[in-house]
Amino acid sequence: MPLLEVKDLSCSFHTRNGVHRAVNGVSFHLDRGEILGLVGESGSGKSVTCHSLLGLIPRPPGRIDSGTALFDGTDLLSLPQAGLRSIRGRRISMIFQDPMTSLNPYLRVSEQLIEPLLIHTSLTRRSALEKAAAMLRSVGIQDADTRMNRYPHEFSGGMRQRVMIAMALITGPELLIADEPTTALDVTVQAQIVELLRRLQRETGMAVLYITHDLGVVAGLCHRVQVMYAGRIVESAPVSSLYASARHPYTRALLRSIPSTHRKGERLQTIAGMPPDLRTAAPGCAFAPRCRHAVAGCLQGPSPLLRPHAENHSHACLRDDLTDDQLSRND
Amino acid sequence: MTDPILQVRGLRLGFPSGKGHVQALRGVDLELRRGEVLGLVGESGCGKSTLARAVMQLARPYEGTVLLEGTDLGALGERQLRPLRRHLQMVFQDPYASLNPRMSIGDILAEPQLAHGLLRREEAGARCAELLDMVGLPAGAAHKYPHEFSGGQRQRVAIARALALGPSVLIADEPVSALDVSIQAQIINLLQELVARLNLSMIFIAHDLSVVKHISDRIAVMYLGRIVELGEASAVIETPRHPYTRALVASIPVPDPARQAPAPEVLSGDPPSPLAPPRGCAFHSRCPRALERCRTEMPELEAASDKGSCACFNP
Ligand SMILES: Nc1ncnc2c1ncn2[C@@H]1O[C@H](COP(=O)(O)OP(=O)(O)OP(=O)(O)O)[C@@H](O)[C@H]1O
Ligand SMILES: Nc1ncnc2c1ncn2[C@@H]1O[C@H](COP(=O)(O)OP(=O)(O)OP(=O)(O)O)[C@@H](O)[C@H]1O
Ligand code: SF4
Ligand SMILES: [Mg+2]
Ligand SMILES: [Mg+2]
Repeated sequence: MPLLEVKDLSCSFHTRNGVHRAVNGVSFHLDRGEILGLVGESGSGKSVTCHSLLGLIPRPPGRIDSGTALFDGTDLLSLPQAGLRSIRGRRISMIFQDPMTSLNPYLRVSEQLIEPLLIHTSLTRRSALEKAAAMLRSVGIQDADTRMNRYPHEFSGGMRQRVMIAMALITGPELLIADEPTTALDVTVQAQIVELLRRLQRETGMAVLYITHDLGVVAGLCHRVQVMYAGRIVESAPVSSLYASARHPYTRALLRSIPSTHRKGERLQTIAGMPPDLRTAAPGCAFAPRCRHAVAGCLQGPSPLLRPHAENHSHACLRDDLTDDQLSRND
Repeated sequence: MTDPILQVRGLRLGFPSGKGHVQALRGVDLELRRGEVLGLVGESGCGKSTLARAVMQLARPYEGTVLLEGTDLGALGERQLRPLRRHLQMVFQDPYASLNPRMSIGDILAEPQLAHGLLRREEAGARCAELLDMVGLPAGAAHKYPHEFSGGQRQRVAIARALALGPSVLIADEPVSALDVSIQAQIINLLQELVARLNLSMIFIAHDLSVVKHISDRIAVMYLGRIVELGEASAVIETPRHPYTRALVASIPVPDPARQAPAPEVLSGDPPSPLAPPRGCAFHSRCPRALERCRTEMPELEAASDKGSCACFNP
C-alpha cells in the first residue's frame, strides 16, 4: 500500500470574478521513502494540491469538490480538523516557500522548534530543547545551543530556511511536503538545502513531495516527477525517463525552453500563447491551443486522462502515434 | 570599435543602516564594451542592483566615477545629465511594480519621449505601435492598462518603454527572474534580438547562471561589493578560476538525471554581512582554498588577460 494515495482531487475557488477550477481530478500516489517532484508553471495548481491535503485551503473562497487522499489508510480530506491537526506536524510536515510566513517573528527559534514536540510527544521541555539543538546541528547550523535562543530575523534567508526544515523534521514525519523551499534562495544556498534534504531523506527514510518549477533541481533530487498543467497532471514518470523520453508535448516544450538545453546564444524554444483561464472549461486537452501537435480531436470531448505508456510512465496526451523524432523536433 | 561605451572606476557606495553602515559597493571597476552583453552575477545582497543604480545615476557613489562615452556623469548637474539619460535606460525585475497601474500602455510609452521633447503628440500613436511591434505586442495593447497583461507581457511593455528613447546602453536588472521558464525564454530571445538589431550594449543582471551564460558575451562575478572574476562567458562557466565562481558553477542544478555530479561540492556557511565585511578577501570565511594571507590582505582584480581576470591569491 502506498503511503499516500490521492484520487480524483478537485478543488475550486469561488470568487466575485467567477469559479476558478484550480485542481481538476488529480490522482497520484507516493510510496514510503520516495521523493516525488511536482513541477509546472505558475498557477498550474501545485500549491493548491498540497494545501488541500493538509486542510489549508481557505474556505471560502476555496472548496474541495471531490476526491480522497488516503494517508496510511486514513482519508485526509474527510478527517475532522482535530484529527488532521494531530497528523499534521507529527506524521506529515510541510515547508513553505517563504519561511517568514511560517516562523513567528516574536518567538525565539528554540520555542518554535520544541512546540510540536511538546504538543505531540511526552518529552520534557529539557529533552525537547536538547533534541531541538541536535536537529539544528544536523541541518548545518553551527553553535546551535546559543543560536537557537535568537529570533527569526537574526538569521539569514538560508539559515531561516534551514530552521524551517529542522522544525518540519523534528517530529520525524513519514511525509514531508516541501512547496518550493528554495525558490527564494541563492543557488549556492539552494544547493546546500537540496543536499541537506537528500541526506536527511536517506537517513530517515521519509517520503518527500517536492514542489518546484525548477526542472534542474528535480533531476538531481527526485525519484519520480509529475508535471501539472492547468490543474491536471499531464505526465508522470521516473526522472530518468521523463528527461530522456517525455511523452507529453507540454513536458517536451518545458524541457526545451531551458537555456542549458541549447547551444550558447541559440534562439531558445518557447511555448506560444498562455495557459488557459481556469474559469472557463474548454473541451478537450487544456494544452491544445498552444500545442504544435494538436489535431482536431484534441479540441473535443472530455479532457484526456492520464494513461500508462510504459512501466511507471503515464501521460495524458491523445497522440500516442507521435514518434520520438516528431516530439523532439524544434520549430 | 574597442573603446568601452561605459566605464566604471573605483566605485564605492554605502547606505546608513541602524547599527552602522552597509558597504554595498567596495571598489568596483568595470567596462562595458560597445555592442556587448555583459552578464553580472552574484548572491543576493552582493550589490548588483546598487551598481546598476549607481550607473544610472539614481544613487550617488561617494567615491569613483561612471563614464558614458567618456563623459563623467557624476560631475554633471541634473540639468546637464537629463539629455544624456536617454542613452542609458533600465529594465527592472518586477514588471508589476515598475509600470504605473493608472496609465494606459500608450501613455506609458509616450511619456518619456514627450518629456524629452522627442515626440509630438500627433506622432505618439504611430511611434507607440512601432515600439509595441518591436517587442512583439499587438498595436491594440496601447489602449490597455498594465493589469490586463500577464507577467511576461508586462515585461515586454517595460522593455518597450526602456527602448522608447533610443538608448545605446540598456541595464536589465533581473528582467526574467520573476517569470516562468517558458515565458523567460521568450523574453531572453527578445532581448537578444533587440541587442543585435538596435546595436545596443547591455548589462544583464541575473542570479541564474545558465541564463546569464546563454545571453552574455562576458560575465562579471560579484561578491560582497566587489568584482571577483571577469572573463569570456564560456570561460567563466566552463573553467571558473575564483573559488567563489567555482562554487557558484557547481551549484547550478543540471536538468539531466544522467549528468549529476556524484557528490556535489556545496559551499558551506553564509555570505558575511555587508555591515562588517571581513578583512582580507571577503570570501575567505567560506573558501576551501584560503591561505593565511587571504585573512589579512585584499586581493585585487588582476589585469585582464586572455584567461580573463580574477581576484584571488590562490585561484
Ligand atoms: N485564495 C484563492 N482565491 C482564488 N483563486 C485562487 C486562490 N488560491 C489559488 N487560486 C487559484 O488557483 C490556481 C492554482 O494556484 P496555485 O497556487 O496552486 O498555483 P501554483 O502551481 O502553486 O503556482 P506558483 O508556481 O505560482 O506557486 C491559480 O490559478 C489561482 O488563481
Ligand atoms: N536603500 C538601501 N538602504 C540600505 N541598504 C541598502 C539599500 N539598498 C541596498 N542596500 C543594501 O546594500 C546591499 C546590496 O544590495 P543590492 O540590492 O545592490 O544587492 P543585489 O545584489 O541586487 O541583491 P539581489 O540579488 O537580492 O537583488 C545589501 O546588503 C542591501 O541590504
Ligand atoms: S492531447 Fe493533443 S493538444 Fe494535448 S498535448 Fe497531446 S497533442 Fe497536444
Ligand atoms: Mg505555489
Ligand atoms: Mg538586486
